[in-house]
Amino acid sequence: MSAHMLSKALAAGLMAAILTGAPALAQTIAVTNGRVVTNGEAGVIANGTVLIRDGVIAEVGAQVRIPSGARVIDAEGGWITPGLFHPQTELGLVEVSAEAGARDNAASDSPFTASMDVADAFNPAGNHIASARVKGVTRFAVHPAVGSAIIAGRGALADSTGAPDSLFADRQFMLVDLSVSGARTAGGARSAAWAFLRAAIEDARFYPGRFMAHPEGDAISRFDAEAMVDVARGTMPLMMRMDRASDIVRAIQFAERYPALRLIIVGGAEAHLMADEISAAGIPVILDPMRNLPESFDTLAASNRAAATLHAAGVQLAYTTLGSDLYWNARLLRQHAGIAVAHGARWDDAFRAVTLTPAQIYNVADRFGSLEPGKIADVVVWDGDPLEVMSAPTAVLIDGEVTSLETRQTRLRDRYAVIRREGEHGYAH
Amino acid sequence: MRRLWSAFGAGALALAALAGCNGAGDDEANGADGESAGELVRFNPDPYPSTYQPVPSGVTLIRGANVYDGIGGFFENADILIENGRISAVGEGLTAPEGAEIVEAQGRYVTPGVVDIHSHLGVYASPSVNAHSDGNEVTAPVTAEVWAEHGVWPQDPGFDTALAAGVTTLHILPGSANLFGGRGVTLRNVPARSVQAMKFPGAPYTLKMACGENPKRVYGSQGRAPGSRMGNMAGYREAWQRAVEYRAAWNRYWDEGDASATPPTRNLELDTLMGVLDGEILIQMHCYRADEMALVLDMAQEFDYHVSVFHHAVEAYKIPDLLAEAGTCAAVWADWGGFKMEAYDSIIENLPITHALGACAMIHSDSDLGIQRLNHEVAKALGDGRRMGLDISDAEAVAWFTSAPARGLGIFEETGSIETGKRADIVIWSAHPFSSYSLADHVYIDGALMYDRADPERRTVRDFMLGQPGQEAR
Repeated sequence: MSAHMLSKALAAGLMAAILTGAPALAQTIAVTNGRVVTNGEAGVIANGTVLIRDGVIAEVGAQVRIPSGARVIDAEGGWITPGLFHPQTELGLVEVSAEAGARDNAASDSPFTASMDVADAFNPAGNHIASARVKGVTRFAVHPAVGSAIIAGRGALADSTGAPDSLFADRQFMLVDLSVSGARTAGGARSAAWAFLRAAIEDARFYPGRFMAHPEGDAISRFDAEAMVDVARGTMPLMMRMDRASDIVRAIQFAERYPALRLIIVGGAEAHLMADEISAAGIPVILDPMRNLPESFDTLAASNRAAATLHAAGVQLAYTTLGSDLYWNARLLRQHAGIAVAHGARWDDAFRAVTLTPAQIYNVADRFGSLEPGKIADVVVWDGDPLEVMSAPTAVLIDGEVTSLETRQTRLRDRYAVIRREGEHGYAH
Repeated sequence: MRRLWSAFGAGALALAALAGCNGAGDDEANGADGESAGELVRFNPDPYPSTYQPVPSGVTLIRGANVYDGIGGFFENADILIENGRISAVGEGLTAPEGAEIVEAQGRYVTPGVVDIHSHLGVYASPSVNAHSDGNEVTAPVTAEVWAEHGVWPQDPGFDTALAAGVTTLHILPGSANLFGGRGVTLRNVPARSVQAMKFPGAPYTLKMACGENPKRVYGSQGRAPGSRMGNMAGYREAWQRAVEYRAAWNRYWDEGDASATPPTRNLELDTLMGVLDGEILIQMHCYRADEMALVLDMAQEFDYHVSVFHHAVEAYKIPDLLAEAGTCAAVWADWGGFKMEAYDSIIENLPITHALGACAMIHSDSDLGIQRLNHEVAKALGDGRRMGLDISDAEAVAWFTSAPARGLGIFEETGSIETGKRADIVIWSAHPFSSYSLADHVYIDGALMYDRADPERRTVRDFMLGQPGQEAR
């Protein structure tokens, strides 16, 4: 298939899930006539243009000259922003969560821990990826859920094209559950969870020597310890799932004891009580601004104002959709960001928390999260403020390519948009 | 013929009659013994009566607001006068009576108090520890004899956060593990020591039923019936047949009027089902798939009862004609789905399509977080409905979180709209209620200011939250 045919197919919204995995096309696209939120030094441009060449942003500004022959996407006075970057999803892992055969998120009966790799399970054809894409999510982190051990394995980063190669970075972080559920998994108390983690770190630090004579370490096997080595060296972040303030204090102390480690806190319902300490320790937090209930004794202080407090303290803060879910409604990321703004967060901080900050946390901000020359062209055109629940994308570009706004759900919508004679629905496709 | 429930007046929707009869159990025996000779045995239909009393309030004039009345109207620069807990006037340039509290609401938006027709606050309270699991009597598939109000913990902190989001009335349901989950209860969202002090006076009882995966999974996995959708239907029908026979036996006893005759044996489960057959208890049925809803509507005809509202109804958009014909509503989420097979065809346009194609539809939460933003849930559905070309006004859509659920609960004569004579259940929003950034500034219940965002003293705090960490940060 030629590039020309390919772009025609894309324009028709056909087979996008299969085809967008092709290499970036040699073409120039101008996204113009909209309020451009750059997330960069150019700030917000009231009416500007983003010029894309071969999948990369070439120019951004109010006075960009659009070359002849460029494909023009008219934002019609809407908003032009970087694509959303969801820092915590199970996209591509869960199609139907109640069906064991349609989910791959949690290994509940596995003997393995750190060596598990979500990239092995990720299915780019999962339908919810497209549903997230049409609501503006262009990149996302894929997190394992916690199964038989508190160390749940290694997460990855993907784009939302649905293409076979859309998982662009595997083995990006290690997930460990140190929350109330982790305590249960580890044997019934937090002390067991922390002992397990410390022992696993020690197994990794003394890998392979400790395993010369025996394949079992103090906590994990030789194979898992090998996977844990990057964590012990600090080349792979350790993503700690926790909510309670006291756990966060322990995490900060843990970071002091193991200065090589790079920690990220995910959950963080009570992080705002430790905002200054977290900021001083330089530990990023991934928080859901929606969670405001004492859903457990770990989250008694949960508050809608947590995001504003953490931003004010200078914490590197990204938002997630834990209170909705991580697969079907990962697409609601911007609604969760809107909640933060309603409760005192600055709009700019909240928007960065779903775009640039996740890219920074995952160390890929050189490519993603802002509209600046040289960056990958993940660009979304919106019909209004992206954090408003009534707004939606009118165009979603990933790697500089226009993607389809059609999903399985929009096909269902179109099939039932009118009342038909019984049986005719089956032919409406 | 005087039937078991006739003390409740002519019908479940006759609220005035209902309210007037709350104390009218005098001539009825409590229990099955019918001790006084010469009297037929009857049972008190309201043994746990509402003790709700509105918080005393003065005269309030809300002035110059953008008012959505909840029934399709929108009025700019409108005033609302509240007297004796009721809306006494709505219009432009109303005169404040002597001593009235005047609330300047210029530029702000007003809607009726939010009504959530599907909540488990109190029966699945926060924190969600094992001890707070009181919403499913998962010991048998037919438990029409259990009542949600007997499991509601009035100290659930979720009531506080729902109030701060404008929720003035909410319907607490048993869960969906059972074919017949038990009776629901409609509450005023006020702080109280007992559930009775929250009960919406005169609101009809409801009965929760459940279709599909949950009952068959819960019991099938125990090797018991139902283990399939076939078993679900058989389980409902078997119970309805027993109810038909039970009702006939009692009616025969009452019609014969022989006080010396032995009355039928009372059965609490069948009392509830008989109330449905008498049209006095409203069916609220958890059902996802279109084909299952179609079967249930036939079953309702088979046993001569009415399904008031299908809940969740993620495939309502496939059968708006069937719903309209049956006069059955759909209470739905904006965009939940994917958590099980029967939720796989969920689409965000479910609510606007169902509405636009002629059926009755509304939003619901089923969530202690979702209940805090039913206006936003409606906004999402409306936005995507418009993008597919449906012409639905903001004012129409406001009904989805106000008057439509009030109608579904049989309490629309009392609340769910801003009209003269209604209970003054009102929210003043900081911005358009369909904006992400809009918060409830003032929430009134029966004319009393129950929540004021600007006043930390005017917020409810449930017992559980006192002295807990971080409360000063909330």
